[in-house]
Amino acid sequence: MELHMSNDTNSSSGTRWLLVHTVAVFAFLYLPIAVLIVYSFNGEGVGGFPPHNLTFDWYRMLFADAAIWESVGNSVVVALSAVAIALAFGVLAALALDRAQFPGKALFRRLVLLPLILPGIITGLSLLMLFREADVKLSLLTIVLGHGTALISVATTEVFAGLQKLDRAQEEASLDLGASYWQTFWRVTIPNLQLPIIGAALLIFTLSMDEIAVSFFLIGRDNTLPLEIWGRLRRGITPEINAISTIIFVFSLVAIVIWYRLRVRTEGRPAIAELIEAAVQGD
Amino acid sequence: MFSRAYRAAVTVPPLVWVTVFLLIPYLLMFCYSFWSVSMAQTIVHSWTLDNYRELLRVNVYWQTLFRSMWIAARVMLFSLLLGYPLAYYLSFHAAKRKDLLYQLVIIPLWVSYLVRAYAWKTILGSDGVLNTLLQYTHLSKHPLEFLLYSPFAVVLTLTHIYTPFTMLPIYASLEHIPRNLVEASHDLGGSPSQTFWRVIFPLSIPGVLAGATFAFVLSLGDFLAPLLLGGPSGIMISNIVVSLFGAAYNWPLGAAISLCMLVLVVGLLFISERLEKKWSFT
Repeated sequence: MELHMSNDTNSSSGTRWLLVHTVAVFAFLYLPIAVLIVYSFNGEGVGGFPPHNLTFDWYRMLFADAAIWESVGNSVVVALSAVAIALAFGVLAALALDRAQFPGKALFRRLVLLPLILPGIITGLSLLMLFREADVKLSLLTIVLGHGTALISVATTEVFAGLQKLDRAQEEASLDLGASYWQTFWRVTIPNLQLPIIGAALLIFTLSMDEIAVSFFLIGRDNTLPLEIWGRLRRGITPEINAISTIIFVFSLVAIVIWYRLRVRTEGRPAIAELIEAAVQGD
Repeated sequence: MFSRAYRAAVTVPPLVWVTVFLLIPYLLMFCYSFWSVSMAQTIVHSWTLDNYRELLRVNVYWQTLFRSMWIAARVMLFSLLLGYPLAYYLSFHAAKRKDLLYQLVIIPLWVSYLVRAYAWKTILGSDGVLNTLLQYTHLSKHPLEFLLYSPFAVVLTLTHIYTPFTMLPIYASLEHIPRNLVEASHDLGGSPSQTFWRVIFPLSIPGVLAGATFAFVLSLGDFLAPLLLGGPSGIMISNIVVSLFGAAYNWPLGAAISLCMLVLVVGLLFISERLEKKWSFT
């Protein structure tokens, strides 16, 4: 597609501008991340140019900081539970949308997608009111319920896309050969949906680990990592935050690479774009 | 081929869950907005329009809502201005580097939202990276104070966060444009700018709408960036809601404001969907 414009002098300067713009946008996107990483090694703390006295002190301090690691543990537990809830109900919801007719189906579909596009504060507060009216004490469990519910949308969208490509003849054959629905579900349907399910699980896990707007309202005594960071930020800036963020960044990079490889193997279409479109357009 | 029992088994559990944890909470928010708080700070479950009267009466709520919409509109505009050319470059000019550049757009999304907002704070602060850099290079003698704790800082940070989200659907819609349409336009003598404005751009409108709506709606409801970087002049509507649910302890009034936001958002989604249908070519 580059060739068609090559003999047009006008467009080659246009292309150059486009390239400059692209480089500038990438610089804008990566500037804060670069600052974050560089200053996690800065002996003088955050801010101050140029950085000097490179040190691992902040990392040492971080590894000795029990409160941070406890919140990391909480976040991992919350994220894994959210993955379990969102997958269980998301896979069923995708099957329901694909295979069943029921009153309110269109509304149901929209409702599932709503938390993706609604500002987190609305989902968080409405659940807070539910828990208050039902006399449920706020704890990590309420956060799990919040994340699990809000992220069903991710599992449903991914698995529904997988179901559209699934050849039903396999399931039909399994049923004809005498397998029960239960056997067919576990031995034919689920194995065929393996990649969308793994992809959804990774995405839900990362989204939950980073979620703060909903958790903000549902938090009990135990902090998740983002809320622990939030509490510290309000008290003042510390390079320990840069250090933990750098570590999480490296972990996320690994997760993205795995996730992206999976996507490319299945269809090579950007899943986040699909999610945004689904959320905005309600289907 | 699927029996009644199968269909019920896949339909009922998610239906019940979504009803309990999504539908009922949203309805409860609606109810709360018609309740009130007693002197003893308990919720009074009797119906009243007082919260809505209060909203109409007190200007601060409207001013803050409009300021939030203005901030969100700027974030949307800047995200489009940054994101569209980026998506266009990737789709039409990146050739072999396409996959790599695409991943480079995705990667910042996995750096925590909070941490990126905080990174901007360390860049913009009066003894932050930018100000000390300016003084180090003698471009400025005194720190520029307007950078942090201003609507500017909020718009900058939210633009940074929503640019990739805006770019992705635009990129997806550009990738869907059949390349022979573009070639046909060139072969028939269309200049590059004619081809762009008459063929490519109209076909990318669904992606633009999805990205723009996403950026607008989610920045409209943000309360963390304003708390961290906004200062008093950068307060947004959700900050008022947060304080009503916290120290100010007036949940019903907070619910009324949230409900207005919810209606606004759902209205925007409705309009965006209509426009999207109108411009979609499949």
